[in-house]
Amino acid sequence: MSTRLATGGRLINRARSVEFSFDGKRLSGYEGDTLASALLANGETLVGRSFKYHRPRGIIASGPEEPNALVGTGEGGTFEPNQRATTTEVFNGLTANSQNAWPSLQFDIGGINRIMSRVFPAGFYYKTFMYPRFAWKHVFEPFIRKAAGLGAAPTGKDVDKYEYFYAHVDVLIVGGGTSGLAAALEAGRSGAKVLVLEQTNTWGGRAPVDGVDINGVSAEDWITDAVSELSNMDNVTLRTRTMGAGVYDHGWATGYERLTDHAPEIGGPRHRLWRIRAKRIVTMTGAIERPLSFAGNDVPGVMLAGAVRDYATNYGTSCGDVMVVATNNDDAYRTAIAQVQAGLSVAAILDARVMADGALVAQARDMGIRVETGAAISKVKGSKHVTGVAICAQAGEGTPTEEIKCDVVAMSGGWSPIVHLWSHCGGKLNWDADQAMFRPDPARPPLGADGNGFVIVGGTANGYLDAASAMKDAVAQGRKAAKEAGHKPAVAKAVKAVSVAESAIEPIWQMPQGMSVKLQTKTFLDYQNDVKVSDVRLAAREGYESVEHTKRYTTLGMATDQGKLSNINGLAILADSLNAEIPQVGTTTFRPPYHPISMGAIAGDARGDLFKPIRKTPMHEWITENGGFFEPVADWRRPYCYQHEGESVKDAVHREIINTRTNVGLLDASTLGKIIVKGPDAGKFLDMMYTNMMSTLKVGRCRYGLMCTENGFLSDDGVVARLDDETFLCHTTSGGSDRIHAWMEEWLQTEWWDWKVYTANVTEQYAQIAVVGPNARKVLEKLGGMDLSAEALPFMAFKEGEIGGIKARPFRISFSGELSYEIAVPASDGQAFWDMCIEAGAEFGIQPYGTECLHVMRAEKGFIMIGDETDGTVIPQDLNMQWALSKKKDDYLGKRAQQRSHMADPSRWKLVGLKTVTPTDVIPDGAYATDGTIRDNGVKHMIGRVTSTYYSPTLDRGIAMGLVEFGPDRMGEIIDFPTLDGKIIKAEICDPVFLDPEGARQNV
Amino acid sequence: MSSVTALNGATSNGIINVADAGLMGMITLRGDLASAGMAKAVKAATGSPMPAMRQITTGKSGAAAWMSSDELLLMVDYADADAVVAKISKSLGAAHHLAVNVSDARAVFNLPGDQIRDVLAKGSPADMSNDAFPIGEVRRTRIGQLAVAFWFTDAQNAKLVCFRSVGGHIMRWLENASEIGSEVGFH
Repeated sequence: MSTRLATGGRLINRARSVEFSFDGKRLSGYEGDTLASALLANGETLVGRSFKYHRPRGIIASGPEEPNALVGTGEGGTFEPNQRATTTEVFNGLTANSQNAWPSLQFDIGGINRIMSRVFPAGFYYKTFMYPRFAWKHVFEPFIRKAAGLGAAPTGKDVDKYEYFYAHVDVLIVGGGTSGLAAALEAGRSGAKVLVLEQTNTWGGRAPVDGVDINGVSAEDWITDAVSELSNMDNVTLRTRTMGAGVYDHGWATGYERLTDHAPEIGGPRHRLWRIRAKRIVTMTGAIERPLSFAGNDVPGVMLAGAVRDYATNYGTSCGDVMVVATNNDDAYRTAIAQVQAGLSVAAILDARVMADGALVAQARDMGIRVETGAAISKVKGSKHVTGVAICAQAGEGTPTEEIKCDVVAMSGGWSPIVHLWSHCGGKLNWDADQAMFRPDPARPPLGADGNGFVIVGGTANGYLDAASAMKDAVAQGRKAAKEAGHKPAVAKAVKAVSVAESAIEPIWQMPQGMSVKLQTKTFLDYQNDVKVSDVRLAAREGYESVEHTKRYTTLGMATDQGKLSNINGLAILADSLNAEIPQVGTTTFRPPYHPISMGAIAGDARGDLFKPIRKTPMHEWITENGGFFEPVADWRRPYCYQHEGESVKDAVHREIINTRTNVGLLDASTLGKIIVKGPDAGKFLDMMYTNMMSTLKVGRCRYGLMCTENGFLSDDGVVARLDDETFLCHTTSGGSDRIHAWMEEWLQTEWWDWKVYTANVTEQYAQIAVVGPNARKVLEKLGGMDLSAEALPFMAFKEGEIGGIKARPFRISFSGELSYEIAVPASDGQAFWDMCIEAGAEFGIQPYGTECLHVMRAEKGFIMIGDETDGTVIPQDLNMQWALSKKKDDYLGKRAQQRSHMADPSRWKLVGLKTVTPTDVIPDGAYATDGTIRDNGVKHMIGRVTSTYYSPTLDRGIAMGLVEFGPDRMGEIIDFPTLDGKIIKAEICDPVFLDPEGARQNV
Repeated sequence: MSSVTALNGATSNGIINVADAGLMGMITLRGDLASAGMAKAVKAATGSPMPAMRQITTGKSGAAAWMSSDELLLMVDYADADAVVAKISKSLGAAHHLAVNVSDARAVFNLPGDQIRDVLAKGSPADMSNDAFPIGEVRRTRIGQLAVAFWFTDAQNAKLVCFRSVGGHIMRWLENASEIGSEVGFH
């Protein structure tokens, strides 16, 4: 089993041990350990259960490609599922728990699925859960939901902070291995602004593990020097623990910085999402080792050869005492050599190649390691851990010739360049048959706005697997990036990397090559989603030819690791099954992020009170402190009503209505949109924007207007005031201010660009306060400063001046039918003016009122509300507002559309008032009127619907407005409104103006 | 007069400090920025020359910030704004223009500190480097989800303007983004 070695471990600090827990067990590791290395050091090789069959699974890799070792970390508000043990750094107090196991990791009931695996073939869900149809919802899905899913969703609120950071650089280098550092040196020396991202906490990548020398010194020493030189450059920024997550169009990339995952006690944001704009993005992301496909390749203890070497060299941890190596290339021999050098034993190297004669092979043989060529693993022995392997000839069908005892199997199927970031935006790949891998085609990069490639790939990621050529390429690409970003590379300094030469790989896609179907069903391609060789072959037999379809049918590569280990092996099996070449089958699409990033990082700071900006009027605080019961109105919060102590919302609304109609009410109308339209052509422009005539409006007067879209539908309404010859002030609905301003600008900028009109949105310049009710004038006269008599300020007029010492523009407009002044004052003086009104109005019974009171009062008067009477399908004619459609004008927006046959159809539902026959009845919101007949499709025939419906305290009865077929011709008729509880409310069609049709109340 | 800002004197301290800048006179001025009449009006109003694209110029009695190819934001004393609007309109006469007092439609922040660029870069996609965004320029951009404009008055200070109704949100955003421990160290 695995254990900590007595010496070694370049990344750990043996002087500082850390305590952590795994499944409740207290364990210790060293500073610098990953959770994976610490678990291995503690002999914990069983770390999880697989997704579908609940097979025991162990650590297989040492980096972000790890498919098995997923754990939940933290507790409560810090809990996060699906964290890779291989990318989780240990710290004092880390708690980690295994996933997908019940009741325990060691004894898992779901493991029964494993025995049932014969009945869970590819496409099992699709085939099985088709019939009967109802069963999907009630039987199958609940069952699958319970059984499926890796990890648990957090239940506590995330206690951590997250943020974004926008960065602009000339050259972004992703990957801080020796290639990335070499490229950074070239770009940095050119003077370019460079950002280098490294996903781990350590610079240098794999070179130190692989024994590379650079410029005559060890890779480790060269890395130290390179980082030191880069750190001293002002134009270079280095970030560790920051993964290049995605590449997007226009030189845009994201980086995922993990600031406190390794040390929660340091505080500050946990993750930072870098949003980077770069002239050139250089991906130096290295390569990932491929597993070999042999039976039992998922048994804990079967690991990637490179990972086994990493654990020994980086963390001083052995993955087993007795190793068997299975390989098709020379690189895995390094692992065997390292094992022997660590004083442990290698039982055999099973090399699938017939010929193995590289320098590393010779070295292994010289060390006395048994090397079998043309050999394969027939089957791995053991269930919760490897106990041995049965070996066979690679050329055969898997008949075992010998059994070898071992406790670790190090496998290598070759290396695949990490091409994800290259391909996110469409960088193309070529199949390199000699090296058995897809590699970027530098001639077909993702193209930027200038038609040139904006992503540059280099080093191992570019398909140069040996150190010397990778370094040569990295230097060249670094210089290229600097040059393309507009900088002149400095005089080249030779960088020479040396490693032991390797002989050729032989592509091995299954082991042994003629493996029986029985072995295929035990040979895993995708560890996380439990997809086996047999599944892909079955999909091919069933007619799946596209790799994308096969992926979805078998779920190959669809787990959280996105097939980092499985994709190439899977498509090679598919190609073989289809008798096609690998490049013909192709890869699936690479999509960002490269590796899962936290939801917190994606949300950034937009959470809690910063989740959504709320617009607040100048009186917002006062309203909050005085019983305001808020409702959202666009991005504003407006008081629905003001609740007195112990008062219900309904009672408050009724009180406000009665008080406003009897005494005087005060409304915060600041949210109304206010747009200044000015210029010699302003009148002409507004004649187009509004359906009625605005150009004839006299200075000092107000006119109500309607706005339609070019399709004829009502879009907004409001009062327009003419400030001077050239200047109009257009009021919009509360939700419409930004939209209507943009609408005006769009027409001015794209269609009527030669009209002399400027607009400005001055919505927030003013607090607008409506003083409404029979006593309104008395309140304002008490404040003094302006003659507000009916003669001096008649209905639909406005004035400029001062009221109560505050600069004010009162409008005599009324949305309630009462004597009403809407007074615009500078927003900074809004609260002061409001306070004065409250104080002066006390003797006249003034009370603030909210939006519901406003709504009921306007309904009593039959005034329409955009969004109630209109819904995007209603035209002014539907609302009997022909009076607002100018016949004198040649055109206005919507005019042509309103003449089309369907718009002119007399059977369109039209606005009427509705009086409930039983006065105490109130028609529910959204109710439909029916005529008692049934349509062919079995539903009741509808002849209309309610648009606004209220109890009117003024009239003490239910009132409503609605759109009814031939409504205006049916005055006095009684129609039915069935309700959800099976009753029918009867209502009489009437004029929509319920109160004071003569306007006597407001014309005083 | 009891005029109050949306921020009502709020402040916060962190890796940068955030403070309500108080009432400031602001005028939206639209017109032909290339005309001599406009340059004259701007000079008369603020004492500053016509700003070129993305620039902000300052003079004896105010500043002028370029907002778009036909729009400026003039900054003057709060109490003078209406008078300056009248003066501009008189000066421009029949020339097609729009001058309007928007002093009360905004919230204005003073941001002192040596990490202003890093803090603002947490919310604004504008290039915050000294080369791309030197003193003397202004950016109309966004912070998080909201429209803002800001500029650096010297190496240690910036001014930021947003709409009045969301002044509280921006205040919270700045406070949050400048929390100690969230230093970035990029600019």
